[in-house]
Amino acid sequence: MRKIFTLLLLCWGFLMAQPPSGIAIRNARIVTGSGPIIGKGTVVLRNGLIEAVGENISIPGDAWIIDGEGLTVYPGLIDSISTWGIAEATPTAAPAAAAPTGGRGAAPAPSAAPPARGPEDRPFTTSWLRVADQINTSDRRIESARNAGFTTAIAWPKRGIFAGQGAVINLGGEKPTDMIIAPSAGQYMTLSNGGFGAGFPASLMGSISYIRQVMIDAERYTKVKKQYADNPRGISRPEYDRALEGVIESPRLLLPANRAVEITRMIAFAKELKRPTVLYGLHEGYRAADAVKASGLPVLLNLRWPEKTANGDPDELDSLKALEMRDRSPTTPAEFAKRGILFAFYGDAVEQPRDIIRAVRKAMTNGLSEADALKALTINAAEIFGVSDRLGSIEKGKIANVVVTKGGIFDDRPQVMHIIIDGVKYEPTPDAPTPGGAGSGAPSMNARPRTN
Amino acid sequence: MRYPILLLIAAAFATHAETFVIQNATIWTMAKGKITGSVVVKDGKIDQVGEKVMVPQGAKIIDAGGQHLIPGIIDAHSHIAAEAINEGSVSVSSMVGIGDVINAEDIAIYRALAGGVTTANILHGSANSIGGQTNIIKMRWGKDAQAVLFEGAMPGIKFALGENPKRAGNSAQNVGGAGARPLRYPATRMGVEDVIRQAFIDASEYRKTWQDYRARLAKGERIAEPKRDLKLDPLVEVLEGKRHVHAHCYRADEILMLLRVADEFGFKIRTLQHVLEGYKVAKEIAAHGAGASTFSDWWSYKVEAFDAIPYNAAIMHKKGVLVSLNSDSAELMRHLNTEAAKVVKYGGVTEEEALAMVTINPAKQLGIDTRVGSIEVGKDADLVLYDKNPLSNYAKVQRVWIDGSPYFDRDKDISDRAAKEARKKGLMEKEKQQAQSQMPPMKKEGGAARRPQSW
Repeated sequence: MRKIFTLLLLCWGFLMAQPPSGIAIRNARIVTGSGPIIGKGTVVLRNGLIEAVGENISIPGDAWIIDGEGLTVYPGLIDSISTWGIAEATPTAAPAAAAPTGGRGAAPAPSAAPPARGPEDRPFTTSWLRVADQINTSDRRIESARNAGFTTAIAWPKRGIFAGQGAVINLGGEKPTDMIIAPSAGQYMTLSNGGFGAGFPASLMGSISYIRQVMIDAERYTKVKKQYADNPRGISRPEYDRALEGVIESPRLLLPANRAVEITRMIAFAKELKRPTVLYGLHEGYRAADAVKASGLPVLLNLRWPEKTANGDPDELDSLKALEMRDRSPTTPAEFAKRGILFAFYGDAVEQPRDIIRAVRKAMTNGLSEADALKALTINAAEIFGVSDRLGSIEKGKIANVVVTKGGIFDDRPQVMHIIIDGVKYEPTPDAPTPGGAGSGAPSMNARPRTN
Repeated sequence: MRYPILLLIAAAFATHAETFVIQNATIWTMAKGKITGSVVVKDGKIDQVGEKVMVPQGAKIIDAGGQHLIPGIIDAHSHIAAEAINEGSVSVSSMVGIGDVINAEDIAIYRALAGGVTTANILHGSANSIGGQTNIIKMRWGKDAQAVLFEGAMPGIKFALGENPKRAGNSAQNVGGAGARPLRYPATRMGVEDVIRQAFIDASEYRKTWQDYRARLAKGERIAEPKRDLKLDPLVEVLEGKRHVHAHCYRADEILMLLRVADEFGFKIRTLQHVLEGYKVAKEIAAHGAGASTFSDWWSYKVEAFDAIPYNAAIMHKKGVLVSLNSDSAELMRHLNTEAAKVVKYGGVTEEEALAMVTINPAKQLGIDTRVGSIEVGKDADLVLYDKNPLSNYAKVQRVWIDGSPYFDRDKDISDRAAKEARKKGLMEKEKQQAQSQMPPMKKEGGAARRPQSW
């Protein structure tokens, strides 16, 4: 009898040491993101997962209860291109730049390395680099992001043509490894080049040609490696190439495409590369929506809408083209939604996480429905990065990432009451740089770009 | 499987163009002389041309009122509509291509139309002994990068001789100073020749490597696949006659050098570009079969252009060289007609011979003369209507058609300007109002707005 009691005590102690054993949000409006909105229902979260969701859910006796009367539960928001969680002081190319030796695969940083003589020198390439290995829980922006309702981000290294592999991370956890959901979400690519007078590539067409050569090399590399693995006798061994290894292990490629000219160019290029590709940018997407639809490519929309240059010369008049782009860029999401294009948002260049929501509101005043706006910040992102079986909506069995708000999440001043990540509850904090939630802060006038 | 799709696209495009007749025009056919008569355009092609034609039922009639109709002007050397021109990092940049960076929204396309140009050869720059791949485009303003490409035209590649390729690795920014970099080989004309020769030795070996691989694979041997090299692929195409070489050159000695190197490797130089000393070696150029695409009267702008004479085009023409006049400039491109006229003055060619240098001759040089360059039955309806003799300084382009579709109309351009201006004003006003309505109240928000930026 005594023994049993001790056991019970131990069990109880164990449960108490694992806070929370379960959370139940009851009587709340639940925007599941996958099915219809539940007017009044309950969500039960346990062991970091969504255990149950619905109208008539019995609440487990051991669960912490949040009274959701007058509150709304949303799936946690996802920022599709972010640097949250990557310590700002250590931009991704730094380790590579510290190795100024020339030769194959060792010339990733344009400033430090000798000029590349061709694709064989693998310029601007750190494809093997994984952000998952650089995640830092002490990044203060994580908290600001949570305050704005973000539970998840895809964090990317961003320097170079093959910049490296992004990771799907949760914006909560005790240690970096807690945060990783998918260690390789894809390869972040740019079309950067050194400009005239620099090493290869020194032009846009050089960058494109370089990517083409690397992809051809990667295809051959896969083939000859397999051939060698099957039977090495009589065949000289394939030369190890970390640049190609990094490309091959990336499940998808992210290609930049902002203007209509770039969008059609990258659609054609993606077709040629024959790899799963996601385009990012798309500010002139409203002009190329049909081409995007026809391509079948998923896209990531930059929420830093083009703005009139601050403090510009008032005598320098804007071109009709620039004016039209500023006017119509925020209509892009609605145009994409109308055509059934799979798109997600990213707020990468927006300074404050809260301003991301403001930018989404601008798309909503330009015709985007609230449901489609939410999708672009939740389930669509999860789908694009292959994690929709665990993230992006409030469904049984998925990761317990939810946001509880008073009023709508896209309200003028959204009031975030609770953020739950991996089943762990966070309260919004009135932190200094980013006052979030409960109307505590003043909105900044402009969403300014990060100047890095 | 590709052809049916192409045909479908062509058909879709063709049905877009209506059937019409241009009557009462002075027609420079560039094939069968100059006539006064009509041109019938159907499905984007020239259906009939002559003093008398059968007017198809329902065809729209355009009365030219005696104005001059010429085939669309072709510029064999242009750098418009591309978002990159030089991959200057290496002496052989054949791995890059203009086709990857076409910008079909470049206003220079529209302006070229206003100058009567309907087709242009878009070249890589001249920073490299062997430069990048080139493409021919039609000025289909409003279409995307794929749709402006001249379908079916043989692609090209740029070569460059003389000062540009030898100095590109030796420019001021690269000599001394903090940004000094190792000099790029070559730095002499001898070096340029060596780079070209070495590249073709490499290409020949590369070609053989792949031929051997395929042969051994066919025999069932186990062998690792050789590497594909995007730098050498286009050079193999040159060796196999599947890609045209357009070579930037000035001096007689370097022209002869290039022709000898080409003969050595068994390929042809399709055109010599600029070729300002071509008159000195016209016979040799004609014997090789290279075309010459030159300036009318532009010289002394650099050391290797001092021996240029305005009679260059006429002399080469009279020695049997296929001669065209090019622009190499978005501005000059808009009056190639008067560039041609200069050859009448300097060298005494006939007016039609002169106009041929910007129409049918460049078409032949680019291998697209079965489609464009003259007003003949079956050719693309790429037509330009001038109000006066196109060789006159006073001639203005009135209308331009490509594939039978209107792409430029002077009257319409002028009448559309007010609406464009109004639209612009409207957008600026809208933006101003939005900015004002978004301005937060000054009192408590001020502090936050003035918070220091994180630069």
